[in-house]
Amino acid sequence: MSTILEIENILKVYPDGVIANRDVSLRVEDNTIHAVVGENGAGKSTLMKIIFGITSPQEGTIRFRGKEVRFKSPNDAIRSGIGMVHQHLMLAPDLTVAENMVLGIEPRKRKLFLDQEETLRTSKKVSEEYGLDVPVEKKIRDLPIGVRQRVEILKALFRNAELLILDEPTAVLTPQEVEVLFKTLFKLKENGKTILFISHKLKEVKQIADRVTVMRDSRVITTEEASHLTEEKIAHLMVGRDIAGDRLPPSPALGDIRMSVRDLCYVTDENIRALNNINFDLRAGEILGLAGVEGNGQTYLIKTLTGLLEPTSGDILLENRNIAGLSPRQVRELGLSHIPEDRMDDGVAEHTSLEENFIVDRYYKQPFSRGIRLRWKDITSHSMDLIKRFQILTKNSRTPVGSLSGGNIQKVVVARELSSDPEVIIAAQPTRGVDVGSEEHIHSILKEARDRGKAVFLVSADLDEILKLSTRVIVIYNGGLVAHFPDASAVTDKDLGPYMLGVKKEEGSSGKIHP
Amino acid sequence: MEKFILKNFTLIRTIIAIAIGVAVSVLLIYLISATPSGSLKYFFVGPLLSKSRLSNVFEMAAPIMLCGVAIAVAFQAEQFNIGAEGALYISAAVATAFAVSTHMPAILHIPLTILIAACVGAAWGFVPGILKAKLGASELVATLMMNYIAYFLGLYLINYHFRDKSAGYLVSYALPETARLGQFIPGTRMHWGIILAVIIAVLVYFFLYHTTTGYEIRMTGSNRKFARFGGINIIKVVILSQVISGALAGVGGIFEVMGIHGRFNWQTSPGYGWDGVIVAIIGRNHPILIIFASLFLSYLRVGGSVVNLMADVPTEMVSVIQSVIILLITAEAFLSRWKYRITVREAEREEKIHESAS
Ligand SMILES: Nc1ncnc2c1ncn2[C@@H]1O[C@H](COP(=O)(O)OP(=O)(O)OP(=O)(O)O)[C@@H](O)[C@H]1O
Ligand SMILES: [Mg+2]
Repeated sequence: MSTILEIENILKVYPDGVIANRDVSLRVEDNTIHAVVGENGAGKSTLMKIIFGITSPQEGTIRFRGKEVRFKSPNDAIRSGIGMVHQHLMLAPDLTVAENMVLGIEPRKRKLFLDQEETLRTSKKVSEEYGLDVPVEKKIRDLPIGVRQRVEILKALFRNAELLILDEPTAVLTPQEVEVLFKTLFKLKENGKTILFISHKLKEVKQIADRVTVMRDSRVITTEEASHLTEEKIAHLMVGRDIAGDRLPPSPALGDIRMSVRDLCYVTDENIRALNNINFDLRAGEILGLAGVEGNGQTYLIKTLTGLLEPTSGDILLENRNIAGLSPRQVRELGLSHIPEDRMDDGVAEHTSLEENFIVDRYYKQPFSRGIRLRWKDITSHSMDLIKRFQILTKNSRTPVGSLSGGNIQKVVVARELSSDPEVIIAAQPTRGVDVGSEEHIHSILKEARDRGKAVFLVSADLDEILKLSTRVIVIYNGGLVAHFPDASAVTDKDLGPYMLGVKKEEGSSGKIHP
Repeated sequence: MEKFILKNFTLIRTIIAIAIGVAVSVLLIYLISATPSGSLKYFFVGPLLSKSRLSNVFEMAAPIMLCGVAIAVAFQAEQFNIGAEGALYISAAVATAFAVSTHMPAILHIPLTILIAACVGAAWGFVPGILKAKLGASELVATLMMNYIAYFLGLYLINYHFRDKSAGYLVSYALPETARLGQFIPGTRMHWGIILAVIIAVLVYFFLYHTTTGYEIRMTGSNRKFARFGGINIIKVVILSQVISGALAGVGGIFEVMGIHGRFNWQTSPGYGWDGVIVAIIGRNHPILIIFASLFLSYLRVGGSVVNLMADVPTEMVSVIQSVIILLITAEAFLSRWKYRITVREAEREEKIHESAS
């Protein structure tokens, strides 16, 4: 076995003085799947960006296929045979799949015009060659995220990538999509490719990696054969302590109904019924899990519940008030808080400070302001408190949120939403992209909220998370609720699967489950 | 030392940019002027050579400053605004019309005239604001187009209804003494409007960074979806930012009428709104920095007119030199590598201290 990539003694300091990689060395063997794991902010994405030429290190050497390289830009890396799929996908939404795939190296007619037919033909060929099915003529914006990711992978392969870097590829995928992705990765390995990938889900790491590198606090702790490691051992190496992965003990007591949804419908501008007669109740002291394959109406449901979208018809009763169509402010004032699906879109303003991000739902209240005047002293101490309580890795409370690592940005959002003492918590993908240690922490906070009699509505693409936390589980398919499991402790993912895929529906209900 | 550089990097960069701009100007002047040393002197210290020129710097800075903070308020909400010029023009025209046709003691006349200018400016800003918020119409186009409307409407108002036919040229009637802003340094044209402009700029700073509404404006500008998610009424914010912006520009115009000319005498639009865009950019939309940026810009402008008057450097060249300096200051990437290298050294040093300590 030969070494394809050899990294030695990398030091990386960001412009604001944060040391993200120190003395990092790593060997990646040819034709293997190599996983990199580590806590949020450990420096994983930074290392990948260095390999791909997005950012350059202050010290250290990189050898690719035995030759020392110094990439000035991703283009250099691509030319040498390295491809990368980023944590946040980077495709042009208004171009077709085929056009995205050939972007920058388009086949041309008479040197000037895009050769449409050739574009389609080559894209199809590549897609077939690797057995990765993508609709080459469709626009990116019309595709679900799992397919988009396949396009990114194909795009890299089309440029003859020998080494493929995937930064948290599974964070945004449903379990079904993850399975498809892994099949793809195995196939690529059979074809002689090498894959370097990052994940926080240790189960996945165990499942597909040949070797595992653990990073902690900007250093590499160890690299080992995956067969020598267990999930528990990896977690231990990452955070330096043991992590409990058990299901939650049942709720102490189910309380009154906090929120009830009646005949909720939403019809989109394109006249698609995105939500179809949704009915459910949410009680104090429970975590109600919503399972479903992404894109079956979850986003619309969350948005209507939180005031971001006015439902076409139906009622949402919160504390005995119909909140359908109220503004986000009014809904929040009634004691609702919301962890959004997409942290970069809704959750934060990345160019502003942590402090400013922490107060967006409370800046007009005491003690953060008095009259029209903001009280920065109180805001700062509040922020320092949240940073400490949620163990957010940041230089200080005035740092722009955008320069935190992905998982730490998520913690900023969670910290804000859970610290407003809400009665009802709508938590969508609350642990997306956070490491096992922080995941446990966020879970324990949700549990604690539940035990204090709060009502939690949990939406997650991660079935394990749903099953671990939920008191009850409901399943959404194609805009309607298709199943209700009153006791989540008796449910397994095998029970949920058929409902999530629409092959089974609970008797007597055409999307009219009424738990 | 390096720590000091890092802390004051923006300031140091600005100073270096000015120094380079000056060096380029020196070079240009040597190339084109027959008496380069004289020209240089006029250009750079010309404004300091007499009391009246120095006063020119301040009086010109006042309206630019107010237009600058006006534009900054809109920019901070991520709203384009190139309509400060129009708001300034129409507000000054209407407020002049009010001032010349009413009689009251100064204690009422002055504030009311200013208030009317502010209200007209606010109304002027409301239009693109509501068009954007309710219909999604581009505020860029709206504010630009409204400049023409303001110009011709203002001209019509003054020339057809309030024109002083006894004056030899196209101007409004003179404002009554009760509606004038006096001089705080007698014998110069340094009027109270200049002081007020600085005070207003400071208040706008306070507004943007220390009040809840200012926070709403900045968050909406930074990420509109986030602001809405957090419960901020972004429709209100979009409209409000344009309204405040218009009001500030309007006040800038009437100060000049009340403090200097005593009449409305702009047959062509004075261009302060455009200079306001420049100082908003140089000052990075920060009101305090905008105060200095507008003083700097008007210093350059006055120096330019002095050299043009006293030596053989044509106005065109003056504009070129001014542009070079402004360009260097606004270039974000300028010297960023240098800063980065210092940061790295600093971090490595601290790291070593840290390691040897533990
Ligand atoms: N552009 C940047 N500017 C300044 N600091 C940065 C920047 N990007 C990352 N950092 C900092 O570098 C450190 C490592 O970040 P990195 O993104 O590599 O972490 P990560 O291991 O990928 O974490 P996660 O699992 O949360 O994605 C963090 O402390 C982060 O705050
Ligand atoms: Mg990362």
